[in-house]
Amino acid sequence: MNQTQPVTPYSDYLRLSKFPFIWCPGCGHGIIVQSFLRTLRKLGIHKEDVALISGIGCSSRAPGYLDFNTLHTTHGRAIAFATGIKLTKPHLHVVVVTGDGDAAAIGGNHLIHACRRNIDITALVFNNYIYGMTGGQVSPTTPKGMRASTAPYGSIDPPFDIAHLAAAAGASFVGRTTVFHTPQLDKLIEQALQKKGFSLVEVLSQCPIAFGRRNKIPQPFELMEFMKKGAVPFSKAKDMTPEELKGKFTTGVLADTDRPEYVEQYLKLCEKVQGS
Amino acid sequence: MPNHQILIYEPWCKGCEICIRICPKDVLALNDRGKVSIVDKDACIGCRQCELHCPDLAIRVIPDRPGKKEETPPEPVASEPPPAMLGQGPPALLGDKPIIKVMTGNDACALGAIAAGCRFFAGYPITPSSEIAENLSALLPKVGGRFIQMEDEIASMGAVVGASLAGAKAMTATSGPGFSLKQENLGYASMAEVPCVVVNVMRGGPSTGLPTLGTQQDVMQARWGTHGDHPVIVLCPFSVEETFFSTIRAFNLAEKYRVPVVVLMDEVVGHTTEKAVLPPASEVHVETRPRPTEPPERFLPYKHTESDIPPMAVYGEGYRFHVTGLAHDETGFPTNNSEEIDRLLRRINRKIERYRDEIVDVQTESLEGAQVVVFAYGSASRSAREAVRMARAEGLPVGLFRPTVLWPFPDKELVKATENARAVLVPELNLGMMAHEVEWALQDRSKVHKLGRVDGEPLPPTAILAKIKEVLG
Repeated sequence: MNQTQPVTPYSDYLRLSKFPFIWCPGCGHGIIVQSFLRTLRKLGIHKEDVALISGIGCSSRAPGYLDFNTLHTTHGRAIAFATGIKLTKPHLHVVVVTGDGDAAAIGGNHLIHACRRNIDITALVFNNYIYGMTGGQVSPTTPKGMRASTAPYGSIDPPFDIAHLAAAAGASFVGRTTVFHTPQLDKLIEQALQKKGFSLVEVLSQCPIAFGRRNKIPQPFELMEFMKKGAVPFSKAKDMTPEELKGKFTTGVLADTDRPEYVEQYLKLCEKVQGS
Repeated sequence: MPNHQILIYEPWCKGCEICIRICPKDVLALNDRGKVSIVDKDACIGCRQCELHCPDLAIRVIPDRPGKKEETPPEPVASEPPPAMLGQGPPALLGDKPIIKVMTGNDACALGAIAAGCRFFAGYPITPSSEIAENLSALLPKVGGRFIQMEDEIASMGAVVGASLAGAKAMTATSGPGFSLKQENLGYASMAEVPCVVVNVMRGGPSTGLPTLGTQQDVMQARWGTHGDHPVIVLCPFSVEETFFSTIRAFNLAEKYRVPVVVLMDEVVGHTTEKAVLPPASEVHVETRPRPTEPPERFLPYKHTESDIPPMAVYGEGYRFHVTGLAHDETGFPTNNSEEIDRLLRRINRKIERYRDEIVDVQTESLEGAQVVVFAYGSASRSAREAVRMARAEGLPVGLFRPTVLWPFPDKELVKATENARAVLVPELNLGMMAHEVEWALQDRSKVHKLGRVDGEPLPPTAILAKIKEVLG
């Protein structure tokens, strides 16, 4: 039934006048945003208590649509800005939305150091294998052999595994899934938001225009199926050989540990210094 | 038979067909407008796959499940927010009476920052500025402030901007190569009008240059280091005590005009140990950014006001505004409207130009009857002052013009001070950077002579005196 008003149950979290999203038809990013909003609603998190920070790229346009404390920063630097916000106003849920180029190329250093510090920030990485906003250049997660506007003969660069990178660098919670797997996506975002410490959810998201068309998978749903076929749960992957895992990627919870959180440690230090 | 409701908001649908393809029962199809519509409502099983996978929030399914109670999540409740500005109170670490201390410029900078209300520092080690970070790592926890050593200079500047937006008076300190890295997010602060202070203890350049030796080669970078037409204020103290006051002033100007302020020290000022008299707390004037008075629903974060300085809300106090480095309109959201872009760019630059009389500060000495005016700043002005005193002792008509603010440039003041002078001499620890600006300001009114040095050594007063005599003829 056609409606005259937006039908989404998450209107309270939205800046309705900014809609529709800037993203291309069939872009998966909106599915991640929806899952994020559903999870906030489920957890009863008020919009006043959310600070949403992004860098540059397609993913990073998300904050403009969402009625939180929002900040659209420079390329790759969202986590650095977020660190300043979290330290200053620890009561806020500080969430970074970032892309594969933003998080793993130009912002790679900030990402691994935020993991190391274990500062209570949640990073949602919208990984679409490509620099979409600038026209489809090869990114640090473009699978080998896939084409991009700066890899017209297929990429020869080995890609980064962002989830493993974050886990190895010390993030308290790391999960990975695709936009096809929405129940898992909801669950991972929920766990990430509830984790005290640095949490990261890498979400594989389709880019039908800049990635799909160039790689002969132009239909959004077919790209989603392509990602679905590549997904292997971490639990299963343990028993698989490297040959069996070729061309696949692992999903689920990769890291879930409890380490002292940075801001808490800092505030304890302040108390100690002031007490002495 | 269950009666599941399928709601579609067509204006948001982009016709991507994900919902159509994911539906297990072929309920949906594209209509002749290229949007999704319902073709077989009765086939719907209420699985919500279409809704969950809609990237545009354009479709919703309300399943009809008689007998099953839908779980409704709790109504969100906002938490009690902390004070908007972090740790503001009377100037900290000062006494009821003046404090006389022997210390370095870097020490004085850290103490000035605390007195001004600085409660956030993010930095990265670099010679010759590191002692500022070291000092603040010890002082900030004592006053409830935040200190963090970041992974690089870019991150430090980003964290400073984030902290300021969240309600902390924030600062970073660096030197030449690090200052180059700060430029990206320093420009962000100019564009988004985020108050912050950036200290650059100048060393020799270009590149890694001379880490432990003082020069003044960053005076142009301090003004024009980041890309685009941008506002910035640059202070340049010449002594340890003046560094204390300049740092306080830097915070006050940053807060008042919502602009990044650069404090340009150099290695000589940063590392010189000398006496400084710190004032009692009651004598320190502290400014805080203009704050909004209207309720959130009427708040425009970049409102064009009569003052050209929009009141500033901070994150987490109920205003939920948007900030971007893109050209934006009064609402803070990006715009491509040429009138709005023009209005923004002119306003953020005009706000410094129109208040330049309040910002510019010049210290002068023996200008009366001066045939030669020595224009000098920072550590070179210590030698220049001595040279002028030596010249006067010899009966030579020489005066000193010493700006403590380099940008905005004191052009009017310089023209006035040199009205009756034959020549202006600019001794500086670079190859004539400010001398060009002096020439530009004076046009053909007075002849401008340069005296530059870039080998890392200071300009001795005797060298300046010799040049004064040469100029006098």
